[in-house]
Amino acid sequence: MNGGDKMLLKTKHFGDIEIDENKIVTFNDGIPGFDELKRFVVLYSGDENSPFRWLQCVDDGEIAFAVINPFMVVTDYDIEIPEEVISNLDIKSLEDVMVLSIVVVPDDINKMTMNLKAPIIINTKNNRGMQVILDTDRYSVRHYIVEELRRREVNISAGSDKEEKRIDSFK
Amino acid sequence: MLVLTRKKNESIVLNDNIEITVVDVQGDQVRIGINAPKSVSIYRKEIFLEIQAENKKAADVKSVNLNDLLK
Repeated sequence: MNGGDKMLLKTKHFGDIEIDENKIVTFNDGIPGFDELKRFVVLYSGDENSPFRWLQCVDDGEIAFAVINPFMVVTDYDIEIPEEVISNLDIKSLEDVMVLSIVVVPDDINKMTMNLKAPIIINTKNNRGMQVILDTDRYSVRHYIVEELRRREVNISAGSDKEEKRIDSFK
Repeated sequence: MLVLTRKKNESIVLNDNIEITVVDVQGDQVRIGINAPKSVSIYRKEIFLEIQAENKKAADVKSVNLNDLLK
């Protein structure tokens, strides 16, 4: 892949960082609560075995979400990508899909939760993304994860990015 | 807010391509059918508000090294 133009971004959490414009993911509708913010980049923490990523906003450097690969925490997480999402993001192949769950990190870090009900879906082929509210009661908006993470530590170390692309089926 | 009265099986059309039909009324429960283009997202409002609130909480993250959790 060709390196694209670089741009400098001032961020709250990471200081001044250089990002590759080709990696910018566009959320045409923003995400609920942040409708005006359309452009984000997924930042890796440097440790590729970590399930954590950051969804850093490009339009407002103050905003970043801790996100996590849900399949690395909840191994039986099983979602169907709704038809309107496949059409909105122009998804052609499951191989292109990245799924991330937004994490809430409260003061008591043991009460950290992830949102399994409304995953972030990104088409890595065209860098378009949206937060999808699943029409199911199976998954919670606030799924506690610290215990699960500690239990899964061994598996996380053995995991790979391929895990990110495992979704059962198109509808 | 525009308020219209509809009976069972009657509809409202929005913008030529969205049709909302009252499918059934039983006591204080109303079943609503929606015909809309695939690109239109439809949510129950209380769930949408919950996701909004959760996102706002998530954006309030302090600078923490999340990987420390795993150590």
